[in-house]
Amino acid sequence: MEDRIAMMHDDPAVDLTVDGSAVGGMLAAAFGVEMTAAPGQCAHCHTVSVVGAMRVYMRGPGVVLRCPACAEVVLRIVQTPRGTMIDARGAAYLVIERG
Amino acid sequence: MSIDWQLAMVTAVRDETPTVRSFTLGLPGWAGHRPGQHIDLRLTAADGYSVERSYSIASEPERAGEVDITVERIPGGEVSPFLHEVVVPGDRLEVRGPIGGYFVWEAGLGGPLLLIAGGSGVVPLMAMARHRARAGSRIPARLLFSSRGPDEIIYRDELDRLAAAGDGFAVAHTLTRQQPPGWTGYARRVDEQMLAEVIEPLGAGVRAYACGPTALVETVANALVRLGLPPDRIRTERFGPTGT
Repeated sequence: MEDRIAMMHDDPAVDLTVDGSAVGGMLAAAFGVEMTAAPGQCAHCHTVSVVGAMRVYMRGPGVVLRCPACAEVVLRIVQTPRGTMIDARGAAYLVIERG
Repeated sequence: MSIDWQLAMVTAVRDETPTVRSFTLGLPGWAGHRPGQHIDLRLTAADGYSVERSYSIASEPERAGEVDITVERIPGGEVSPFLHEVVVPGDRLEVRGPIGGYFVWEAGLGGPLLLIAGGSGVVPLMAMARHRARAGSRIPARLLFSSRGPDEIIYRDELDRLAAAGDGFAVAHTLTRQQPPGWTGYARRVDEQMLAEVIEPLGAGVRAYACGPTALVETVANALVRLGLPPDRIRTERFGPTGT
């Protein structure tokens, strides 16, 4: 895991990452509630972090959220004309608060 | 919460620096926000092409029915040049929000409060500082603000006034590229030594909020952990590389 974090920090693309707040609007529209303070558990390293603290890559056709502890992918989000597709296989769970 | 797009009326425009401009958006149905939150702004062309950007709210929640955003003009950008060159009071813009519940500070959360900003990263921190002042809070707070040169310090006069109020708010500036004659502030990029000096008078239990270009926020977050702050007391908002 340490190696992976070192890799993330050495990656020239690290400068392109932003924090989870950047996709707060998209997530709020998809889930219907504010999500940046929502805790989620990384399925890989089991670290629990709020969505706002995850590392976001959003310069591609979709959005990728990575675990701030181990850098594995937690969520992938793609917006299509049909709707918002969320690949959450990297999340053990997400807590969505009652609105 | 309201996540639907709504129409905001631009009611005021003012220059903060040669490349940074603030816009007051009138929002009659605004449910209020928390300091640190942002809005999404959407522009739609006649052919249906649309583009969205997130802008931090600069104003304090005590101001009802309107928010300020402060926007740096990014050459070659799709949204900021339009806002700078085309938008005038009376125009309408599509916005949704407020958005975010993580990078938020309210006086009720307590402190001491350490704010670290790079360039226009000062915007959400200004909402916190303005809220702190308007709420009459005396929670010790310090802002470390990195700008390139003296003409690029956003909110300079207002920050001077807030720091002169004598209610426990202090500002330390660093100018990384150009310093005026007689400059007594820092004159280098934010580093661990600088953070140690700024944080020292705040004592224990500090809550830190850092916002700016990713490289700066990365440096700050790592240095604060080394200085002994628990990671859950450090909140970050990286906005990507400088100048994009």
